Amino acid sequence: MQVKTLYEKLFESHIVREDAGTYLIYIDRHLVHEVTSPQAFEGLRINHRPVWRSKSILAVPDHNVPTTDRSLGISDPISKIQVEKLDENCKHFGLTQFPMNDNRQGIVHVIGPEQGSTLPGMTIVCGDSHTSTHGAFGALAIGIGTSEVEHVLATQCLILKKFKTFEVRVDGTLNRGITAKDIALALIGKIGTAGGTGHAIEFTGESIRSLSMEGRMTLCNMAIEAGARAGMVAVDDVTISYIKDRPFSPKGEELEKAKVYWKTLHSDKDAQFDKTVILNGNEILPQVTWGTSPEMVVSIDGMTPDPQQENDLSKRKSIEDALAYMGLAPNLPVCEIHIDKIFIGSCTNSRIEDLREAAHVLKGKKIAKNIKLALAVPGSGLVKIQAEKEGLDKIFIEAGFEWREPGCSMCLAMNADRLNPGERCASTSNRNFEGRQGQGGRTHLVSPSMAAAASVYGHFVDIRTLN
Amino acid sequence: MKPFISYTGIVAPLDRANVDTDAIIPKQFLKSIKKTGFGPHLFDEWRYLDHGESGMDMAQRKKNPEFVLNHPRYEKATILIARENFGCGSSREHAPWAIEDYGFRAILAPSFADIFFSNCFKNGLLPIVLPAETIDDLFKAINKQEGYSLTIDLENQSVILPSNNKINFQVDAFRKHCLVNGLDDIGLTMQHSETIKAFEKSYYQKNSWLL
Repeated sequence: MQVKTLYEKLFESHIVREDAGTYLIYIDRHLVHEVTSPQAFEGLRINHRPVWRSKSILAVPDHNVPTTDRSLGISDPISKIQVEKLDENCKHFGLTQFPMNDNRQGIVHVIGPEQGSTLPGMTIVCGDSHTSTHGAFGALAIGIGTSEVEHVLATQCLILKKFKTFEVRVDGTLNRGITAKDIALALIGKIGTAGGTGHAIEFTGESIRSLSMEGRMTLCNMAIEAGARAGMVAVDDVTISYIKDRPFSPKGEELEKAKVYWKTLHSDKDAQFDKTVILNGNEILPQVTWGTSPEMVVSIDGMTPDPQQENDLSKRKSIEDALAYMGLAPNLPVCEIHIDKIFIGSCTNSRIEDLREAAHVLKGKKIAKNIKLALAVPGSGLVKIQAEKEGLDKIFIEAGFEWREPGCSMCLAMNADRLNPGERCASTSNRNFEGRQGQGGRTHLVSPSMAAAASVYGHFVDIRTLN
Repeated sequence: MKPFISYTGIVAPLDRANVDTDAIIPKQFLKSIKKTGFGPHLFDEWRYLDHGESGMDMAQRKKNPEFVLNHPRYEKATILIARENFGCGSSREHAPWAIEDYGFRAILAPSFADIFFSNCFKNGLLPIVLPAETIDDLFKAINKQEGYSLTIDLENQSVILPSNNKINFQVDAFRKHCLVNGLDDIGLTMQHSETIKAFEKSYYQKNSWLL
């Protein structure tokens, strides 16, 4: 039998037809949110096309929703229209939606897995680049544009070329305090934000196997920041025990039948990848981005770069531009960077394990005086409820954090949660682009425990030196 | 979709790598439920000195004179050239909508991010990958000569320089077919609806837990 990679197994099992290297790929799950879908539904209406398989769709508003008291509704009239448009479209086309005030509402990439709507072996799409998150379950999950959203709504298929395969192997064990976020940032630091372009990444190796599903989701989530449209991890017992007993997951005999198939969802021994990169898990230190691209990252014991040391003129200019935007001097130890705001949340790091990790650092402590605002934004209503059961909300609140309602929040600042010009944020989100968290805002990407530690000290600290 | 066959226009040089879709069209403009009207806010944070919001009186806004698209010599530009990994980040199709709405028809760069690249073709916008050295030579030539124009001949897959020299480029045959003919690919896929139905039948027999 021909040996195959996980990606090849997933891709080949969904081929409807092929024409000279262009494939029509069947889509199992379509996640929908309010920002990238209205024009797609409008397209269906104009062309009198129905939704091909309404059962495949799960919709939720997340980008625009307020994270403060929702009993007052959405105060921004344009955001309000967009969220109402999603309600209207879901009603019109008969789709399952968790509206803003449903306690199952949350960030689309948190609620899919939480509901058992994300399953191994599936092809999953969403009009959102961080759809790669769902690859953690041994699924082929890719972000698409609005035209493709319309295409999948109308035909249940996507036109795709084959990606190249890319193995990222992380050997060895991770040191205490090192998380999936640090692996992701260390990888992007090594291969760059275009390192995975045209490829589907599969994460393998001992360090990856030791990660929880939450950790694997964080890692696959950031595959897109490495330029890869998909990230994935093979199915194992950790995957299967996460899925069991979720509202949409198979039960009884169907589950047993599914498990037999799911257990085949790994790359075969000796399968060939187009490219392989190997990291040593025990060499990875806590990571902090210093610039305006996720590849502009250093370990906590590092410094901002010196553009004069860069001989490539175009790279030198990028470093100079980034330092200027970030308001940072060259050769500055990252531990000396002081912070104004803290954001713990986003589809990268807002799951229960992330909140536990941050709360563990914060317990019995207060945020530093220079911290103007610290936000803890759970990824979903159910994550929030779970955290409150565990008393995590109290730890955050007693430390001086604001405990908010679920949504994308200050990851992209489409709602009222944002940085003001010049403000500097330690953020557990995924992008440190110029203006991402608010015009003129300065973002440093870190893990939840590193963000929590920065909130206590008012500057970055090495999490490994804390008890 | 507007067909793209052959096109001649002035080229604007955006000398940056990793131009992300947040920079192309900032988040506050994604609240629109339409596909049009994004052009005035293309590169909003770079193009203007004040903070932009939808519905502003654009005539009152202060332009950033440093930004390349505000230089008078590039006012009529309809082809954009940039450095590697153009269009990285968010999948927002508002990015190609904004670029197209502004008036650009083609983008030249050494590489593009995957989702952005795919989104361009759905909107009559042609992204062309050329070697980094070629892009670098073009930057130099554009800076030297005001009104520098290129002709893009999609049918023959070549960029024609003012000297009449030609640079060939690769483009996927299916995407080219759709772009040259201005075809909507949903319509094309719908022609295979029986094949999709047949696939579904056998697929759900095998994977009954997905029903």
